Amino acid sequence: MTDFAIELSGVEKKYRFFSLDHIDLKVPQGQIMGLIGPNGAGKSTTIRILMGLVHQDSGDVRVLGHQMPAEQVAAKWDVGFASEDMRLYDSMTVGWHMSFIQSIFPGWDTAYAQLLLKRFGLRAEQKIKGLSHGQRVKATLLLVLARKPKLLVLDEPTTGLDPVARHEILRELTNVMADEGRSILFSSHNTQDVEQISDQITFIDRGRIIDSMDKELYLDRWRRLRLEVPLGIKLPVLPGIIDVIQDGRLAVATANAFDPDLAMAYESSGAHVHSVENMTLEEIFVANVEHSREEVGA
Amino acid sequence: MNGGPFIISQSDKRPMYLQIMEQIKQRIVVGDWTEGQPIPSIRQLAVDFQVSVITVKRAYLELERERVIVTQQGKGSRVASSAGLGARLRELELEQHLEQATRIAVQLGLQPTQLEERLREAGDRVSEKETI
Repeated sequence: MTDFAIELSGVEKKYRFFSLDHIDLKVPQGQIMGLIGPNGAGKSTTIRILMGLVHQDSGDVRVLGHQMPAEQVAAKWDVGFASEDMRLYDSMTVGWHMSFIQSIFPGWDTAYAQLLLKRFGLRAEQKIKGLSHGQRVKATLLLVLARKPKLLVLDEPTTGLDPVARHEILRELTNVMADEGRSILFSSHNTQDVEQISDQITFIDRGRIIDSMDKELYLDRWRRLRLEVPLGIKLPVLPGIIDVIQDGRLAVATANAFDPDLAMAYESSGAHVHSVENMTLEEIFVANVEHSREEVGA
Repeated sequence: MNGGPFIISQSDKRPMYLQIMEQIKQRIVVGDWTEGQPIPSIRQLAVDFQVSVITVKRAYLELERERVIVTQQGKGSRVASSAGLGARLRELELEQHLEQATRIAVQLGLQPTQLEERLREAGDRVSEKETI
């Protein structure tokens, strides 16, 4: 068995107005990978490729060791996939869907399904057409979670949910991690969700992966430095600093490869470092996308 | 061993691993987790906190470095069995606050004697408030 639940290498896909450019992505088994990026960045295309729903032009895709799309039938027994555009049968009940999925997947856990029903505030006799958006999302996730698949692939599982529902979903996702043989890849716009529950973070923008790494290492590399720059002192250009905004005597520098030496270098140039702040993933997200777009000269 | 509420604050600006470290230390300081006692596995605590395994792992590594907990391969982690750990953690907290205050004093250009004077004044204010 492979150590990676998902392995994409050199994956390319060209459309008329969009292309995925050499995607390399690895999700270690037993971990949660959060996929983030602006709208249209290529998150859903990447997810569809690894589910075998869209075929890559080139590159290697392995899901739980199975080559995709060739071995997708074998792979899908152990993969639970949920996305916005998944349709349930409107005129059927939640319970009907549960029995249907149960009849196909031997791993279905009836007790866990009942527990989820309760936790999500759903009732088996409700028809799909009477459900709110949030309830539909929860019903879809219930059907996937109760199968207890080795890998969960979730496209925007918390989008459009109220805070309570979001919290319920996040709790179930972290519960999955109690079993170290299971893995999750999910995409989200909600950087707070990704920051909270991901072990690994992958940033996609304009069809390219900007960064993909361990979340703790990643958050640790980014810092905001607040500086006081006396008149007549010019701030040095330092490696690892991607942005400096100065207004009068105050300046804010953003580091994407922070090292305490950076603060020392500013001090020895005659500036004073007032504070070195951590950044939230949301702040990093915005700074990173802007920086990488400047670099490509867009 | 089960710990009740482990909650990450979203308005707390510090990284999550620091918050987790602090909450574990609190349990030791108040005496809920005693010296030598086994503590939850990294995975279990991740589920309890509803945060990623990697974040709890980071917190445990830092706590090991500070000798607050001990981890044995295959046996899990437990609170270090050094005597008076709770008291030592309180001392540590005090030291950190004093260092922070000193840093600000240096920025303000205060001399050590002036800082001492300010500390005495702060002490007077605290005891005044307590007598009211």
